[in-house]
Amino acid sequence: MGSRKRGVPEINAGSMADIAFLLLIFFLVTTTMDVDKGLLVKLPPWSEEAQEPPQDIKEKNIFVVLVNAQDQLLVEDEYASLEDVRRMAKEFIDNNGDGTCQDCRGLRDPASSDNPTKAVISLQNDRGTSYNMFIKVRNELLGAYSELRNDLATRKYGRDYESLSESEQEEVNAVYPQFISEAEPVEVGG
Amino acid sequence: MALIKKKKKAETPPLSTASLPDIVFMLLFFFMVTTTMREVTLLVKVKKPQATEIQKLERKDLTTYIYIGAPKSAELGTEPRIQLADQLASVGDVQQWVILQRESINEAERTKFTVSIKADVDAKMGLISDIKQELRKAQSLKLSYSANPAASAEELYKAY
Repeated sequence: MGSRKRGVPEINAGSMADIAFLLLIFFLVTTTMDVDKGLLVKLPPWSEEAQEPPQDIKEKNIFVVLVNAQDQLLVEDEYASLEDVRRMAKEFIDNNGDGTCQDCRGLRDPASSDNPTKAVISLQNDRGTSYNMFIKVRNELLGAYSELRNDLATRKYGRDYESLSESEQEEVNAVYPQFISEAEPVEVGG
Repeated sequence: MALIKKKKKAETPPLSTASLPDIVFMLLFFFMVTTTMREVTLLVKVKKPQATEIQKLERKDLTTYIYIGAPKSAELGTEPRIQLADQLASVGDVQQWVILQRESINEAERTKFTVSIKADVDAKMGLISDIKQELRKAQSLKLSYSANPAASAEELYKAY
């Protein structure tokens, strides 16, 4: 009884920091802060029968990008390199052939797209196309749209597209809606 | 001047380390909270492609991953394979699996369900397209091609 009444000896807290450091280093090593990033796309809904190309889209409103099994590019029936895709896509989207798009600054070439709301980009690839190349081309096409949107945002609001409010972004998107179709792969060979 | 010199000669008081555990604990808690353990062991080699137009996937719990790449173990060959969760699978399994994954999340948020394809740069589009078809069949239409950020678009042209 008497021994219990004696005060308990204080625990030495000097090693507390060491223990905490040990745990800290463990979490430092195991932690992975990778947030998954990627190219966001939306797939068309599934339909049983083979997709017939819609009849009401004019040939000049479709921008065809073809990638073959050797990762070579054919843009609008012409050989092209990856550097050209973005510029050509931008010219096509921004063309504004019928003049209904007030915010566009295109060349108004009658042989190219009518206006951005009608312009469709069709990306076709072979089964043998490498994923790397596909992503690069996809990236260029997305880049064409984001550059156009960014240009419009700077002209209209004097700010980057990213810094616009949600409603302003929607307005910009309404001028340049994104129509990129990833066709089912065909054996284009090559 | 003489007075200042004298002061300089005086010994500096020892630095108190009493708050060191507090600081360390603070860091510790930060890392404990932010840490996410790798939930799957990769059976395939995945070297993600680079891109510039990438967007962050905000909700991890609403995302499902499909890994595509050459198997790590040599006896399985070098042909790219699909990994779902912890095992290798075939194209035919994808639809069923994606539907199951989608059903496991809250009904109100099912429309935000996204599939992230983490594919190797050397994979061929044939396999990716087959998976895309399966996803369409499973009515899971939001897709993300996982990629690493590239410094600039010019960098991508160089490799091409």
